[in-house]
Amino acid sequence: MSVRSKVIEAIQQIAKEQRVALPELSDDLSLHETGFDSLAFAILVARLEDETGVDPFTISEDAAFPATVGDFVRAYENVPA
Amino acid sequence: MSPREIFALRDHLGAELTGRTLSDAHTSVSLTDVLSQTVLGGRLRELSGRAVLLKLSDQLRSGLAMIELDGIARRMLLCPPDLNPAHLDALIADAGIDAVVTDEPDRWTDTGVALVVTAQLPLVPTIPAQTERGTEWLMLTSGTSGVPKIAGHTLEALTGAIVAEGSARGPAPVWATFYDIRRYGGLQIFLRAILCGGSMVLSDPHEALADHVARLNARGVSHISGTPSHWRKLLMSGSAAHFAPRYVRLSGEIADQAVLDGLKAAFPGSSIGHAYASTEAGVGFAVNDGLEGFPADYLGNRNGVEMKVVDGSLRIRSSRTAHAYIGRDASALTDDDGFVDSGDMVELRGDRYYFVGRRGGIINIGGLKVHPEEIEAVINRHPDVRMSRAKSRKSPITGGIVVADVILADGTDPARAKEIREQIVQQCRAQLASHKVPAVVRFVEALDVTPAGKLARTDA
Repeated sequence: MSVRSKVIEAIQQIAKEQRVALPELSDDLSLHETGFDSLAFAILVARLEDETGVDPFTISEDAAFPATVGDFVRAYENVPA
Repeated sequence: MSPREIFALRDHLGAELTGRTLSDAHTSVSLTDVLSQTVLGGRLRELSGRAVLLKLSDQLRSGLAMIELDGIARRMLLCPPDLNPAHLDALIADAGIDAVVTDEPDRWTDTGVALVVTAQLPLVPTIPAQTERGTEWLMLTSGTSGVPKIAGHTLEALTGAIVAEGSARGPAPVWATFYDIRRYGGLQIFLRAILCGGSMVLSDPHEALADHVARLNARGVSHISGTPSHWRKLLMSGSAAHFAPRYVRLSGEIADQAVLDGLKAAFPGSSIGHAYASTEAGVGFAVNDGLEGFPADYLGNRNGVEMKVVDGSLRIRSSRTAHAYIGRDASALTDDDGFVDSGDMVELRGDRYYFVGRRGGIINIGGLKVHPEEIEAVINRHPDVRMSRAKSRKSPITGGIVVADVILADGTDPARAKEIREQIVQQCRAQLASHKVPAVVRFVEALDVTPAGKLARTDA
């Protein structure tokens, strides 16, 4: 499974659990518009860390938290192996 | 004799009750004629009036030494097997120890302890001793780190609940416990066996659970106690199938509904009760209605035990509590009114109080306080879950999140893991505030249990 599809699947799974009505996910969608609160993002980051072995927001001190879904996916795609 | 008559353990043992034994995995000792035998090589006289450290590598000799020393020594300090040796010097100083009973006498040469007595089996004949004094029993608290505190008890305080309950009708019980008898929970069972005319089968840390249960069966164990973690491990092991005790007791941790129901299903013919006790607060009460928590009307004065809830924690005053912490820098054990603060947090729901966790065990989730036990109790209600542990994990976003490690029932189809995980999260969402819902549920093969029988909480 590609990194992108892992991230998207995790977002959808957490949305289901948290009863968040997700708008259609596109790269331009701002994370704010996903309807996720900080807890939902914390869950997302933790689950992705378990699945991919990386937490791109903790490794790098200057990593700004992404603004859009596309930025978020790229944060995982661009982690050096 | 002092103003009122003093009873020691020896005064509860006599030749009139035959067939009583104290046994471990290797040896069985008759309690019927134990008073005319000695585990101390006949050197009990030398220990009269002394402050004795009981430092033995097994429970059997420890129990036999307790029987001999009670009523003779001024005080005796019981060392549980997991005591960190680095703490021994501080404990010896705090308790004013001037004699040691050990099975490793070579270790005690040149240690400054004046008198070293070797405990040995087999027992050898001796002239029965007479009770001289009320011996102070010193027990160590089972805190997680640092030098344990020493709680001082009298035999009267230690046996208050046993005497109050009285002896059950029917054949004398054969007691067993998963605890070590040098800890409060285990000592209670040992004292029950001595006072109520029964026998006792000791645990062995090196024995496989299936072998332990086979031994309990072979010895006809009828009454048995352990922590909920001990019992969950037994239920998971499959060894419970051929075991049918009359009485099953839980103490030392929160007995949640799942473990009570699990035991009821595994032992349909047994009485199942959970008891509330701690080294400091003594035995508070027992609950025998099969439900978690305890009726709200247990508060107030009941059978000589007074209980109240202040700032969410259970406070107990009774003649069964320890009387003091022992040592130079010992803090007060009770408040000015004589109440012990148990540190166990309770919550009133309807007409019942429920234990939610330890005050010291709170984890911080994004600035909010969470008791891991409360989350575990909800997870454990899932029919496929045998045991769980909730803890906090750092999060770059909220500071902390709840994660749960879960052991599934034996034979659970791995293909159902995803479905079960979703059900667990749904169940938690339905019953807990959102920040308490585990963000990550991991399935694990085992969870660590401390030597005191409690779920290990290294991060708490």
